[in-house]
Amino acid sequence: MPGDSRTFDYAPAPESSDIVTVAPKNGLFISGQFVEPKSGRSFVTLNPATEEPLAEVAEAGEGDVDFAVQAARAAFEGVWGRMKGRERAKYLYRIARIIQERSREFAVLESLDNGKPIRESRDVDVPLAAAHFFYHAGWADKLGYAGLGPSPRPLGVAGQVIPWNFPLLMAAWKLAPALAAGNCCVLKPAETTPLTALLLAEVCQQAELPPGVVNVVTGAGATGAALVTHPGVDKVAFTGSTEVGKQIRIALAGTGRHLTLELGGKAANIVFDDAPIDQTVEGIVNGIFFNQGQVCCAGSRLLVQESVTELVVERLKRRLGTLQLGDPLDKNTDIGAINSSVQLEKITELSHSGEDEGAERWSPPCDLPEHGYWFPPTIFTGVSQSHRIAREEIFGPVLSVLTFRTPAEAVAKANNTPYGLSAGVWTEKGSRILWMAGRMGAGVVWANTFNRFDPASPFGGYKESGFGREGGRHGLEAYLRA
Amino acid sequence: MLPGAVTAQVNGEIAATDTALRQLLHGLPGVDQVGTEARAASLATRSIKKDSKLWALDTAIRMIDLTTLEGADTPGKVQAMCAKAVRPDPTDSGVPSVAAVCVYPDLVGVARGSLDGSGVAVASVATAFPSGRASMKVKLADVREAIEGGADEVDMVIDRGAFLSGRYGQVFDEIRQVREACGRAHLKVILETGELVTLDNVARASWLAMTGGADFVKTSTGKVTPASTPAAALVMLASVRDFAEASGRQVGVKVAGGIRTAKDAIRYLVLVKETAGPEWLTPSLFRIGASSLLNDLLMQRSKQLTGAYAGPDYFTID
Amino acid sequence: MPEPPARGDWRLDVRKTYKLFIKGAFPRSESGRSYEVSAADGTFLANAARASRKDARDAVVAARAALGDWAGATAYNRGQVLYRVAELLEGRGAQFSAEVAAAEGLSRARARRAVEAAIDRWVWYAGWADKFAQVIGSANPVAGPYFNFSLPEPTGVVAVLAPQDSSFLGLVSVLAPVIVIGNTAVVVASEKRPLPAVSLTEVLATSDVPAGVVNVLTGHTSELAPVLAAHMDVNAIDLTGVGPSDDRAEFERLAAGNVKRTFVQPDEWTKEPTLSRLKAFVEIKTVWHPVGV
Repeated sequence: MPGDSRTFDYAPAPESSDIVTVAPKNGLFISGQFVEPKSGRSFVTLNPATEEPLAEVAEAGEGDVDFAVQAARAAFEGVWGRMKGRERAKYLYRIARIIQERSREFAVLESLDNGKPIRESRDVDVPLAAAHFFYHAGWADKLGYAGLGPSPRPLGVAGQVIPWNFPLLMAAWKLAPALAAGNCCVLKPAETTPLTALLLAEVCQQAELPPGVVNVVTGAGATGAALVTHPGVDKVAFTGSTEVGKQIRIALAGTGRHLTLELGGKAANIVFDDAPIDQTVEGIVNGIFFNQGQVCCAGSRLLVQESVTELVVERLKRRLGTLQLGDPLDKNTDIGAINSSVQLEKITELSHSGEDEGAERWSPPCDLPEHGYWFPPTIFTGVSQSHRIAREEIFGPVLSVLTFRTPAEAVAKANNTPYGLSAGVWTEKGSRILWMAGRMGAGVVWANTFNRFDPASPFGGYKESGFGREGGRHGLEAYLRA
Repeated sequence: MLPGAVTAQVNGEIAATDTALRQLLHGLPGVDQVGTEARAASLATRSIKKDSKLWALDTAIRMIDLTTLEGADTPGKVQAMCAKAVRPDPTDSGVPSVAAVCVYPDLVGVARGSLDGSGVAVASVATAFPSGRASMKVKLADVREAIEGGADEVDMVIDRGAFLSGRYGQVFDEIRQVREACGRAHLKVILETGELVTLDNVARASWLAMTGGADFVKTSTGKVTPASTPAAALVMLASVRDFAEASGRQVGVKVAGGIRTAKDAIRYLVLVKETAGPEWLTPSLFRIGASSLLNDLLMQRSKQLTGAYAGPDYFTID
Repeated sequence: MPEPPARGDWRLDVRKTYKLFIKGAFPRSESGRSYEVSAADGTFLANAARASRKDARDAVVAARAALGDWAGATAYNRGQVLYRVAELLEGRGAQFSAEVAAAEGLSRARARRAVEAAIDRWVWYAGWADKFAQVIGSANPVAGPYFNFSLPEPTGVVAVLAPQDSSFLGLVSVLAPVIVIGNTAVVVASEKRPLPAVSLTEVLATSDVPAGVVNVLTGHTSELAPVLAAHMDVNAIDLTGVGPSDDRAEFERLAAGNVKRTFVQPDEWTKEPTLSRLKAFVEIKTVWHPVGV
């Protein structure tokens, strides 16, 4: 009907999943081949938007993990550890290029397995993953300039366990610097999102990466535990929950093995009264609803100057009305599915606690699909520091709104947490940005922006958000000895 | 923050001095350029298909101010353009007419003659378009000529020199005077965002125009590069949204200059929908000043309906 | 003089014309002149364009026009563009090997190794684009409530006299560092061995290098070098390829006219590269900003 703007409701624009061929059964990737697990066990990975099974994936037992570590060791001693940096570089450049070439395949597969909107996997996850390989390729023959002395040496075999929120990107964050530095890797992707890691293994084959340099052992918590405690692993890198991070630290105590941890967060996103208001609202939305809030550095606590709280919250609620929740493969979807039923339960439980403890809950009207794991974008106002929703990491699309009066109070509240991964500051005043940044107890400070990542930019936390940095010159340290 | 000051301004409680206006305009929240451009870029990834695409194409056609503003314009050229404005596709009566034609003041009479009874409005540029460099007397005479010729709408330019040197009172005053001279015709105020350069300036000029009585704020004359950009449009759409909230009055937005493809036009419609809101998705509140855009819209429309890509031979150039 | 055989399958090859490379296009010299280029064994190879001072002037104009966008591109983008050039060089390896072998009188094997080394060196430099600032930039701990940081910025238009003897490896070694950090270049190729340089420009024209970022002049070094050394819109000059009969000192004197940055380490490129060429063509900018509420 002419003049009827309801017809501009953006008809479904689904990205076709035809480009992806998911093998119904998948093996482990060890020594350059896909192999059956010695354990004989397997598990199924689901599409969280539909709850339908995507594929059967091997579950690596201790024997399999051992086999993979041996393969990595053999490759390290035989080939990779002695290869000239400039030749290692060219392998990594190849991998970067192939990711770029197969980018649509990767994006679709990531959305199917993780539940995130195709727009994000296409525009953020996959390009960044390629960029990580590209950036680190260039370091492979320049390690003498990394600030670790004239000829730093690799550590050997790296055991790397990654989470489900950015499966491909986390694999890139782990593999690229490790390989550039001359190490060989055994990677364990999360059990709910193994598929893009397996596709990356295929890419390693296409790049003719020598067998054993990269190995992928799929499985769940037990597989991860076997890997991080394996005595043949020189270096452990873990990204995941603080709880598991602590367990790994305990397990490695006394072994002398190198360890880096990238754990949880409860970032404060601080808005001053002179913030550029519309862009700030975008930043708040991006900060907590990007990737459905399942981000370690999510801006999950909005600390807004009391004088502008009403205005900001009003604009925020209006903005949430334009978010589209639904099929991750629809190019117009802003909010996709929650990754698993376990995670959905956790978000639901914490949200209930928010109501129970007296905060006021609000979501825009949202039709949740019948199947799949879904949670509407949610704001809690009237939150105080002592509420569980202000202290515990929810890892979902739930924002807690607190207020402050002065910069000093903002600093105190922002830092009043065992976490310290990231923080956001919104103000037009440059000196205040720098003053706040200097006082944030966080490894990443975003000013007038949020959730910006770059392979050249070091990322990592203070306090219980972990230790060690990934990306940039500083990120190389984890994989080298002077 | 701003609503109180605006309401006061709109009610004439604040004198239109440089100082008072400066306080109002410089008291507006800042606009972060990088954040604005990122938002515009993100909205450009919206995928508009099928029914919504067809609706968008038809709506875009209905929002066009079909424009000819050349030194070489003649009555013949204007008449031909008017015929196309009323009936863009002679082979398909389902294609709607455009919103208006836009011409120089001395050709308004010709346009009027061609368009009487058609429902297509006659818009005229005025106030020493495009540069705006003339005395107020000359600029007002320009407006009067357009009105007397029968213009329904007037597209004026602001004095960018005055704006950039902080003479907000002068700019405000000029808009008020032109608004008065327009009588019942509605007034579009061209900001020339390419010359204002910063998005803060775009926001301030928008507010200045709106408090001065503009019915529409318009990005560009189309004679300067860069002309309309998604980021500038975004800021203007946010400004009209906020002004409506503060004053109760809805001001429209017109984008002009460099919008050549249906894809561009649809991207602007997405910006409108997700910034000002769906209420602005109507020709009375959003216009696109263009010339070659119309044929691209017709070609895309044809592709949507027939499934085959169209060619320029099947659409008239006039 | 080779003659077609009396009978049998025979074909005359289509010879390439070797022109200048300015602003992404291949013009002949505006002077209409050319000069003979021979192989190391004296065989005639081609008539290469003999660039004039006006060609040099045009090249500088092109380089200046291209500077804003190239310096303003992200480092990642420049790195990708240079890596793409390496991909194309690799694909044309056989062509370059043949040209280098003929020009320098090397065996095919040695020429091949020189070409491979050149490609690897280009890749090495490509990887610096998005890292250089991290290695030589700094945040400086000044004694006051100020955030103070130093960053390298490209110096601008750089004139480069490519090495006379090494027609490809030498050329690559002096060109890659200049452009990877955001400068644009006007290169004077080896006078007697210019043909691989021209082939390189064909690769540049078909890769993503924007027009004007690299401009290459073939001709007499002693004619072109003083023009570039004295040119007031050239920011820096690399005097590596000063001709055997020329006076390097004279060019340094000419360069003083607008206080050009000069790079005078003629043998530096023959060793494994360091940061010296990258550092030579950047300016360090230091910025202060107060820290306060």
